[in-house]
Amino acid sequence: MLTATDHETAIETPHVETWQPRIIAFLCNWCSYTGADLAGISRIQWDPSVSIVRVMCSGRMDPTFVVKAYRLGADGVIISGCHPGDCHYQEGNYKALRRVHLLKRLLIGFGIDPERLRLVWVSASEGDQWAETANDMAREIRDLGPLRLPT
Amino acid sequence: MSIDIEPGADTAAETTAKPKLALYWASSCGGCEIAVLDIKEKILDVDAAFDIVFWPVAVDFKVKDVEAMADGEIDLCLFNGAVRNSDNAYMAELLRRKAKVLVAFGSCACEGCIPALSNTTSRAATLDWVYQESPSTDNPDDTRPQERTVTAFGVLELPEFWETVRALDQIVDVDYFVPGCPPQAHQIWAVLETVIDILQNDKPLPPKGTVLGAGDRTCCDECPLVREEKKITGFKRVYEIIPEPGRCLLDQGILCMGPATRSGCGGLCVSVGVPCRGCYGPAPNSKDQGTKMIAALASVVDSQDPEEIDRILDGIVDPIGTFYRFSMAKATLGRVAGGPSGDGRGTVEVGS
Repeated sequence: MLTATDHETAIETPHVETWQPRIIAFLCNWCSYTGADLAGISRIQWDPSVSIVRVMCSGRMDPTFVVKAYRLGADGVIISGCHPGDCHYQEGNYKALRRVHLLKRLLIGFGIDPERLRLVWVSASEGDQWAETANDMAREIRDLGPLRLPT
Repeated sequence: MSIDIEPGADTAAETTAKPKLALYWASSCGGCEIAVLDIKEKILDVDAAFDIVFWPVAVDFKVKDVEAMADGEIDLCLFNGAVRNSDNAYMAELLRRKAKVLVAFGSCACEGCIPALSNTTSRAATLDWVYQESPSTDNPDDTRPQERTVTAFGVLELPEFWETVRALDQIVDVDYFVPGCPPQAHQIWAVLETVIDILQNDKPLPPKGTVLGAGDRTCCDECPLVREEKKITGFKRVYEIIPEPGRCLLDQGILCMGPATRSGCGGLCVSVGVPCRGCYGPAPNSKDQGTKMIAALASVVDSQDPEEIDRILDGIVDPIGTFYRFSMAKATLGRVAGGPSGDGRGTVEVGS
């Protein structure tokens, strides 16, 4: 289980001149991952700093995954699920919505810009929207610079 | 575990034959010490089973007595309190060397507890508040504690006050953990009884890193209140509501840390209508109590509309102080970077 793993060390933040953002995108299996897949088969280019992790539902996104991503070196996190009303599991995306709202408040408390966490809705037919989301997030994180978590 | 007995010891054979016990307090309130005495007359059984070699709150052995011991001479050390200055760290390292088994005893040693809440602010801000800004402080010359002061009688030294409060296992290797603020008397006795049994009957020790004296479920599992899994439309602080007896506090909109807290206390607070504050630390299989609580809380918020969600969440004042009240030293995101946070929303300082 992810949260039970011991003693993991954060990846060192590289020097500013050579720095490239690391963005982790958690995509739901039913809409967003398929959407990103569509972007791939449609040969739409998107920023290579975004790495995708497939989860079954955006409602599966434990806030622990997000903070752990930051701890292990991510500069930004995207969570993407089905559009409201379209969730494969009826209301998992609403659960994600509520968690993200509360988690952003926690991030602000920790002195982390809440823009480093983004919740979006991407359907299976929205390959271009996915590419746009990824590029937009990468641009935003490049502007914000590396996230240096205090130890 | 084998116990080395020095054949040439000058005291009575029966006292030297007993395993050696040390108890120490670092950055703590003293509650853990009282909790040890809460086992009442059983403390005599502890005395019968152990030779207490160091316990600053109760017996008059000095640090130099511990320094003079051989490495590993103490069989069991119960260490309570967080590590927040250089003296705490020195004692942690000393007792780690001298003790065969080192136990992080109580929430401060396990997760930082209340002292670690100062990780939400800075060392400078803490000292400014204590020595200058607090309303009850009268310090016109701005006298501050110095690490080194030269006087006519010699040099006086104070420990270095750290920027960040640490849990014991962030400083030294820890064998076992006994959570709780403080650990409950029946749990302390259960742990001591187990240790006595292990020592006297030569039984194997539990695996290293085991959490002792606590349950392996969540506080909710021990709670006598009835949960209907209601969705809530607003959070209420304890002074704003008289909870209906017998009903789940979270269902009534009172922020209760039960879902994200380890069991073991026996539902002490919740059974008298007071919400769980989370003192037994993160639940089994979770490391971060705060984010687990966010996951649980968001599930009960009754809205699908972003603005309404925000209105409901406004009822949670000070998210960090509430979700990490006892586990700030172990928060995945570490200490707060942006300095004093005031209303809990904080100053955002990133990428600098």
